[in-house]
Amino acid sequence: MRLTPRQVARVERAGRMLLLAGHEAWTQSGWQPKENLPLVLGTTAGGMSLGEAYFRAARRAPHSHRQQPTRAFHYQAQTQARTLATALGFSGAITIISNACASGSNAIGHAWELIRRGQAEHVLAGGYDALCQMVFAGFDSLQALSPTTCRPFDARRDGLAIGEGAAVLALETLDGARRRGAAILAELASYGTTIDPYHLTQPQPQGEGAVTAMRLACEGARLGPADIDYLNAHGTGTPLNDSAEAAAINHWAGPRAATLPVSSTKASIGHLLGGAGAVEAVVCLMALREQWLPPEISIGTQDPACNFKIVRQPEDARVNVVLSNSFGFGGVNATLILRRWA
Amino acid sequence: MSRVYVCGLGTVSPAGWSLAAMRAALAKGEPLPIQPLERPGWEEPLRARLVPPATRLPFLAHPRLRRTSPITHYAAAAALEAVAVVRTNNERNFRLGVIVCLQAGCVQYSYRFFDETLKDPATASPLLFPETVFAAPASHVATLLENTPLVYTLAGDPACFLQGIALGVQWLEEQRVEACVVIGAEETNWLLADALWHFEPQAVISAGAGAVCLSLDTAVSLGVELDAITDPHTYTAQTNRTRAARLMREQLPPALPTELLCDGSSGSPRADAPERAAWLDWTGPRLSPKRILGEGLMAAGAWQCVAACDAVARGPFAAATVSLVGSNQQAIGARFTCDKSRTVHLPARAQQSNIRA
Repeated sequence: MRLTPRQVARVERAGRMLLLAGHEAWTQSGWQPKENLPLVLGTTAGGMSLGEAYFRAARRAPHSHRQQPTRAFHYQAQTQARTLATALGFSGAITIISNACASGSNAIGHAWELIRRGQAEHVLAGGYDALCQMVFAGFDSLQALSPTTCRPFDARRDGLAIGEGAAVLALETLDGARRRGAAILAELASYGTTIDPYHLTQPQPQGEGAVTAMRLACEGARLGPADIDYLNAHGTGTPLNDSAEAAAINHWAGPRAATLPVSSTKASIGHLLGGAGAVEAVVCLMALREQWLPPEISIGTQDPACNFKIVRQPEDARVNVVLSNSFGFGGVNATLILRRWA
Repeated sequence: MSRVYVCGLGTVSPAGWSLAAMRAALAKGEPLPIQPLERPGWEEPLRARLVPPATRLPFLAHPRLRRTSPITHYAAAAALEAVAVVRTNNERNFRLGVIVCLQAGCVQYSYRFFDETLKDPATASPLLFPETVFAAPASHVATLLENTPLVYTLAGDPACFLQGIALGVQWLEEQRVEACVVIGAEETNWLLADALWHFEPQAVISAGAGAVCLSLDTAVSLGVELDAITDPHTYTAQTNRTRAARLMREQLPPALPTELLCDGSSGSPRADAPERAAWLDWTGPRLSPKRILGEGLMAAGAWQCVAACDAVARGPFAAATVSLVGSNQQAIGARFTCDKSRTVHLPARAQQSNIRA
């Protein structure tokens, strides 16, 4: 990567994960350094660990300015985005979407819209977040963290497992990818987003906004629930999220729910907050590429409110179209649909 | 780009809780008084221009807004003022997009929550944490405004406000909403002022919000339309702030000498230099809201746009250019022009004073 050791030293944990994910996507895409390449990122906290360090230092040693300007500068998500662009050798518009835990999916969806509208031929998009004390304490204060095991859609679920991570996708028009003989991993087929202004932290109990997001995404791809081969649920493992999402999936899928394979991979990797939607989109890409269903390993007794089938073990399957849900504090819902490219 | 009309403006600033208050302060042309902001461990306080206490905010009676932080109050007040005309002139179920742009975001509750966490994590308040999330103000405003199918929060430097305007235009053109309110908001505390002090020791931190409501419907126009908006000119190793500002200027349509330039000059020689260089040959009227109101970060970006639109809506300017040279991301410009073919709707309280450049 095109960063000096000094630049690298200034990158904090979230930024490092973003750099690693971005570099992996960039290398795999075969893209060359270029101008006018939009970057769309989703994050909830950016470099919050630096914000915490700034706070501590300002309180502990108010007259010491050592590293404080660097912390204040690199704390901001746009700095991390610019560092990624510098590292990979591209420039272009940077858009940071901060729709809480839906941010990663919103970023990918926004990038898809830029391409669909002809505003860009290539877009680098993704989401990232790192664990920090404030975020951990925040979810703990809400009693949203599981004291046992994160078990989304389990009848005895008791909370989420907070995590961290990043994922970046290199998105390109079909014509562009074909022209340069790129290895196409999948088609990003559609995107839907809505808001449920029901409560700042609680979902609307029937998941009405989630239903609409799934419907909008399906309409955009001219697909119905019967066409979806796997649904990667938001499935945090909290009682309220999962019951609302279960109601939403039941309602949206109708009769198809009985046979629809669903899992929440947060049971395995945790809830990556702003990174969740992007990492889960990559999980969906893996399912499409390798023709299998990602499991939810920790589920015991399925919540009877779920009309759908929870994938309990990795299964070989014919997977042509997948749907991924992401929901966030504040009520933003985002749904991505990805289609196999064969 | 379709013809996009400005159909409402709103602000909360150190001048007060309305566009009329900001307009009066800008027309007076004198920097607003500075208040001391106590900084722990220092005898000398930081300097701030704070939003005066509101006498009455009826929207705080809404259950969702009871425990919200000042940034939500500012964003909500500005948004309500900006959407007044479209709400009056449309059916109740028309769709309104909401885009909230932030740079520092919810610093007051973040400070309080982290302070509590460090003292005793077991007793850190669950009421505070959700309000620390960047998406919180947008969610509250959406709840208040109702029928808001699309709600985004964008983070970035103050030029991001024009990214919000561009996104709003996109939503309108795709007919996903009938109107879109774009809000730039910030709140402040000593920690944020301390951070700014490291970069611009002379800057005076401030807070508030600005909101611009956009529509394709000429019937609700204030008599102002968005003529042009430039690409974001992102800062890179090859494109520093000075070059980005110049590229932004070059991409804007040629301006008449009688037009208004609404810039981001704060009076800080170092911070202002790139923008000053880009507009060195500008001899026309110029308005610099930050010199009067303070460094409001994203709110200041919004104030610039609101002031420009207001100057066109109320005259005497036929057009106004907004120059937003952000602190650490990008430079973006926009031009608003008079749309004389339309009926002008001005809220009664907006007809009180004039901006003089």
